Amino acid sequence: MKTPFVLTLAAALVCLSSCADQLVRVKPYERGNLAKPVMSDSLDPLLKTMTEHAYFSREASSGGGGVGGGGCGCN
Amino acid sequence: MKTIATAILLACLSPVLSAADGAKAGQAMPKLSQLLPGASIPSTSGKVVLVDFWASWCGPCKQSFPALNQLQSKYGSKGLVIIGIGVDDEAAKYKAFADNMKVSFPVAHDSGHQAAAFFNPPSMPSSYLVDRKGTIRYVHTGFRGDKTVAEYTTEIEALLAEGK
Repeated sequence: MKTPFVLTLAAALVCLSSCADQLVRVKPYERGNLAKPVMSDSLDPLLKTMTEHAYFSREASSGGGGVGGGGCGCN
Repeated sequence: MKTIATAILLACLSPVLSAADGAKAGQAMPKLSQLLPGASIPSTSGKVVLVDFWASWCGPCKQSFPALNQLQSKYGSKGLVIIGIGVDDEAAKYKAFADNMKVSFPVAHDSGHQAAAFFNPPSMPSSYLVDRKGTIRYVHTGFRGDKTVAEYTTEIEALLAEGK
Protein backbone atom coordinates (compact mmCIF):
# COMPACT_ATOMS: atom_id res chain seq x y z
CA MET A 1 0.00 0.00 0.00
CA LYS A 2 2.76 2.34 0.91
CA THR A 3 5.12 1.61 -1.98
CA PRO A 4 2.82 2.79 -4.82
CA PHE A 5 2.09 5.96 -2.90
CA VAL A 6 5.77 6.69 -2.40
CA LEU A 7 6.46 5.89 -6.03
CA THR A 8 3.65 8.20 -7.17
CA LEU A 9 4.91 10.94 -4.92
CA ALA A 10 8.42 10.54 -6.29
CA ALA A 11 7.14 10.58 -9.88
CA ALA A 12 5.02 13.64 -9.12
CA LEU A 13 8.01 15.49 -7.69
CA VAL A 14 10.13 14.68 -10.73
CA CYS A 15 7.39 15.72 -13.15
CA LEU A 16 6.52 18.91 -11.30
CA SER A 17 10.12 20.01 -11.11
CA SER A 18 10.49 19.53 -14.87
CA CYS A 19 7.32 21.46 -15.71
CA ALA A 20 8.24 24.61 -13.82
CA ASP A 21 8.77 26.39 -17.16
CA GLN A 22 5.25 25.52 -18.23
CA LEU A 23 3.84 27.25 -15.19
CA VAL A 24 4.99 30.61 -16.51
CA ARG A 25 1.89 31.49 -18.44
CA VAL A 26 2.70 34.98 -19.72
CA LYS A 27 4.25 34.59 -23.15
CA PRO A 28 6.69 37.17 -24.51
CA TYR A 29 4.05 38.44 -26.94
CA GLU A 30 1.55 38.92 -24.12
CA ARG A 31 3.68 41.32 -22.11
CA GLY A 32 2.15 44.53 -23.41
CA ASN A 33 0.62 45.36 -20.06
CA LEU A 34 3.80 44.51 -18.17
CA ALA A 35 5.75 46.88 -20.41
CA LYS A 36 3.55 49.86 -19.55
CA PRO A 37 5.31 52.65 -17.64
CA VAL A 38 2.87 52.27 -14.76
CA MET A 39 4.31 48.80 -14.13
CA SER A 40 7.75 50.27 -13.53
CA ASP A 41 9.12 50.21 -10.01
CA SER A 42 10.45 53.74 -10.44
CA LEU A 43 7.46 55.91 -11.27
CA ASP A 44 8.98 58.76 -9.28
CA PRO A 45 12.69 59.12 -10.10
CA LEU A 46 13.28 61.47 -7.13
CA LEU A 47 11.72 59.05 -4.66
CA LYS A 48 13.75 56.20 -6.16
CA THR A 49 16.98 58.18 -5.84
CA MET A 50 16.25 59.05 -2.22
CA THR A 51 15.33 55.45 -1.40
CA GLU A 52 18.52 54.18 -3.00
CA HIS A 53 20.52 56.79 -1.13
CA ALA A 54 18.99 55.73 2.19
CA TYR A 55 19.61 52.09 1.35
CA PHE A 56 23.22 52.80 0.42
CA SER A 57 23.74 54.74 3.66
CA ARG A 58 22.41 51.88 5.75
CA GLU A 59 23.97 49.01 3.88
CA ALA A 60 27.25 50.72 2.89
CA SER A 61 26.87 49.37 -0.61
CA SER A 62 24.98 50.22 -3.74
CA GLY A 63 23.87 48.50 -6.90
CA GLY A 64 22.33 45.13 -7.40
CA GLY A 65 18.87 46.58 -7.12
CA GLY A 66 17.68 45.68 -10.60
CA VAL A 67 16.84 42.50 -12.42
CA GLY A 68 16.86 41.55 -16.08
CA GLY A 69 13.70 41.01 -18.07
CA GLY A 70 11.63 43.76 -16.55
CA GLY A 71 8.61 43.01 -18.66
CA CYS A 72 9.46 43.93 -22.21
CA GLY A 73 10.37 40.34 -22.99
CA CYS A 74 12.94 41.63 -25.42
CA ASN A 75 15.73 39.28 -24.47
CA MET B 1 -5.53 4.22 -4.61
CA LYS B 2 -4.56 3.32 -8.16
CA THR B 3 -7.06 5.81 -9.57
CA ILE B 4 -5.65 8.58 -7.42
CA ALA B 5 -2.12 7.66 -8.41
CA THR B 6 -3.04 7.67 -12.11
CA ALA B 7 -4.84 11.00 -11.76
CA ILE B 8 -1.85 12.61 -10.04
CA LEU B 9 0.53 11.27 -12.68
CA LEU B 10 -1.65 12.52 -15.54
CA ALA B 11 -2.06 15.90 -13.91
CA CYS B 12 1.70 16.20 -13.56
CA LEU B 13 2.47 15.00 -17.06
CA SER B 14 -0.16 17.01 -18.94
CA PRO B 15 1.75 20.34 -18.89
CA VAL B 16 4.89 18.56 -20.06
CA LEU B 17 3.12 16.68 -22.82
CA SER B 18 1.13 19.65 -24.04
CA ALA B 19 4.06 22.05 -24.01
CA ALA B 20 4.08 23.87 -27.34
CA ASP B 21 7.61 24.37 -28.61
CA GLY B 22 6.60 26.73 -31.36
CA ALA B 23 8.03 27.03 -34.84
CA LYS B 24 11.55 25.73 -35.31
CA ALA B 25 14.10 25.69 -38.12
CA GLY B 26 13.39 22.81 -40.48
CA GLN B 27 9.65 23.03 -40.00
CA ALA B 28 7.27 23.89 -42.83
CA MET B 29 5.94 27.42 -42.82
CA PRO B 30 2.17 27.46 -42.15
CA LYS B 31 -0.25 29.43 -44.31
CA LEU B 32 -0.27 32.88 -42.77
CA SER B 33 -3.61 33.70 -44.35
CA GLN B 34 -5.17 31.00 -42.17
CA LEU B 35 -3.50 32.22 -39.01
CA LEU B 36 -4.32 35.85 -39.78
CA PRO B 37 -7.86 35.86 -41.15
CA GLY B 38 -8.79 39.14 -42.76
CA ALA B 39 -5.22 40.35 -43.18
CA SER B 40 -3.86 41.02 -46.65
CA ILE B 41 -0.89 38.70 -46.93
CA PRO B 42 1.15 38.91 -50.14
CA SER B 43 1.91 35.83 -52.21
CA THR B 44 4.94 34.05 -50.81
CA SER B 45 5.21 31.06 -53.12
CA GLY B 46 8.73 30.64 -54.45
CA LYS B 47 9.97 33.60 -52.42
CA VAL B 48 12.26 34.02 -49.46
CA VAL B 49 10.08 35.19 -46.58
CA LEU B 50 11.01 36.96 -43.38
CA VAL B 51 8.22 36.80 -40.81
CA ASP B 52 8.86 39.29 -38.05
CA PHE B 53 6.89 39.41 -34.79
CA TRP B 54 6.85 42.86 -33.22
CA ALA B 55 4.92 44.99 -30.75
CA SER B 56 4.64 48.73 -30.20
CA TRP B 57 5.75 48.35 -26.57
CA CYS B 58 8.97 46.59 -27.53
CA GLY B 59 12.05 48.82 -27.77
CA PRO B 60 14.24 46.56 -29.94
CA CYS B 61 11.34 46.18 -32.37
CA LYS B 62 11.46 49.93 -32.91
CA GLN B 63 15.18 49.72 -33.65
CA SER B 64 14.67 46.85 -36.07
CA PHE B 65 12.22 48.58 -38.41
CA PRO B 66 14.65 50.88 -40.26
CA ALA B 67 16.85 47.84 -40.90
CA LEU B 68 13.90 45.78 -42.13
CA ASN B 69 12.85 48.65 -44.41
CA GLN B 70 16.36 48.69 -45.85
CA LEU B 71 16.39 44.93 -46.37
CA GLN B 72 13.04 45.17 -48.13
CA SER B 73 14.25 47.88 -50.49
CA LYS B 74 17.52 46.06 -51.17
CA TYR B 75 16.23 42.52 -51.67
CA GLY B 76 12.52 43.01 -52.43
CA SER B 77 13.09 42.97 -56.18
CA LYS B 78 15.26 39.85 -55.87
CA GLY B 79 12.56 37.76 -54.24
CA LEU B 80 12.43 38.70 -50.54
CA VAL B 81 9.08 39.27 -48.86
CA ILE B 82 9.05 40.68 -45.34
CA ILE B 83 5.84 40.27 -43.37
CA GLY B 84 5.56 42.06 -40.05
CA ILE B 85 3.10 40.64 -37.56
CA GLY B 86 2.09 43.05 -34.80
CA VAL B 87 0.92 41.40 -31.59
CA ASP B 88 -0.43 44.49 -29.85
CA ASP B 89 -3.65 44.06 -27.92
CA GLU B 90 -4.85 47.48 -29.00
CA ALA B 91 -5.42 48.04 -32.72
CA ALA B 92 -4.85 51.79 -32.37
CA LYS B 93 -1.35 51.31 -30.93
CA TYR B 94 -0.52 48.77 -33.63
CA LYS B 95 -1.58 51.18 -36.35
CA ALA B 96 0.12 54.21 -34.82
CA PHE B 97 3.40 52.31 -34.48
CA ALA B 98 3.26 51.00 -38.06
CA ASP B 99 2.51 54.52 -39.32
CA ASN B 100 5.33 56.10 -37.30
CA MET B 101 7.85 53.55 -38.53
CA LYS B 102 6.90 54.24 -42.18
CA VAL B 103 6.83 50.54 -42.88
CA SER B 104 7.66 49.68 -46.48
CA PHE B 105 6.60 46.03 -46.24
CA PRO B 106 3.25 44.36 -45.49
CA VAL B 107 2.20 44.23 -41.86
CA ALA B 108 -0.68 42.37 -40.26
CA HIS B 109 -2.33 42.68 -36.88
CA ASP B 110 -2.46 39.43 -34.95
CA SER B 111 -5.20 40.67 -32.68
CA GLY B 112 -6.25 37.21 -31.54
CA HIS B 113 -2.63 36.02 -31.12
CA GLN B 114 -3.36 33.05 -33.37
CA ALA B 115 -0.16 33.39 -35.35
CA ALA B 116 1.85 34.16 -32.20
CA ALA B 117 0.43 31.09 -30.48
CA PHE B 118 1.49 28.93 -33.42
CA PHE B 119 5.00 30.34 -33.81
CA ASN B 120 5.40 30.87 -30.04
CA PRO B 121 8.14 33.49 -30.46
CA PRO B 122 10.61 33.12 -27.59
CA SER B 123 11.18 36.87 -27.29
CA MET B 124 10.16 40.14 -28.86
CA PRO B 125 11.08 40.71 -31.60
CA SER B 126 11.46 37.25 -33.10
CA SER B 127 11.75 36.54 -36.77
CA TYR B 128 11.59 33.49 -38.98
CA LEU B 129 13.46 33.28 -42.26
CA VAL B 130 11.80 30.95 -44.74
CA ASP B 131 13.37 29.59 -47.93
CA ARG B 132 11.78 29.48 -51.38
CA LYS B 133 10.39 26.00 -50.72
CA GLY B 134 8.49 27.17 -47.67
CA THR B 135 10.72 25.71 -44.96
CA ILE B 136 11.72 27.75 -41.93
CA ARG B 137 15.50 27.90 -42.06
CA TYR B 138 16.56 30.44 -39.45
CA VAL B 139 15.00 31.77 -36.27
CA HIS B 140 16.18 35.09 -34.85
CA THR B 141 15.37 36.19 -31.34
CA GLY B 142 15.81 39.81 -30.33
CA PHE B 143 17.44 42.54 -32.38
CA ARG B 144 21.09 43.41 -31.74
CA GLY B 145 21.68 46.17 -34.29
CA ASP B 146 24.41 45.67 -36.87
CA LYS B 147 25.12 42.13 -35.70
CA THR B 148 21.59 40.99 -36.47
CA VAL B 149 21.52 42.95 -39.76
CA ALA B 150 24.76 41.24 -40.84
CA GLU B 151 23.24 37.83 -40.02
CA TYR B 152 20.06 38.70 -41.93
CA THR B 153 22.07 39.85 -44.94
CA THR B 154 24.22 36.71 -45.09
CA GLU B 155 21.27 34.38 -44.65
CA ILE B 156 18.96 36.21 -47.05
CA GLU B 157 21.61 36.29 -49.77
CA ALA B 158 22.28 32.58 -49.31
CA LEU B 159 18.57 31.72 -49.46
CA LEU B 160 17.98 33.93 -52.49
CA ALA B 161 20.87 32.24 -54.28
CA GLU B 162 19.44 28.78 -53.55
CA GLY B 163 16.47 29.25 -55.84
CA LYS B 164 18.51 30.30 -58.86
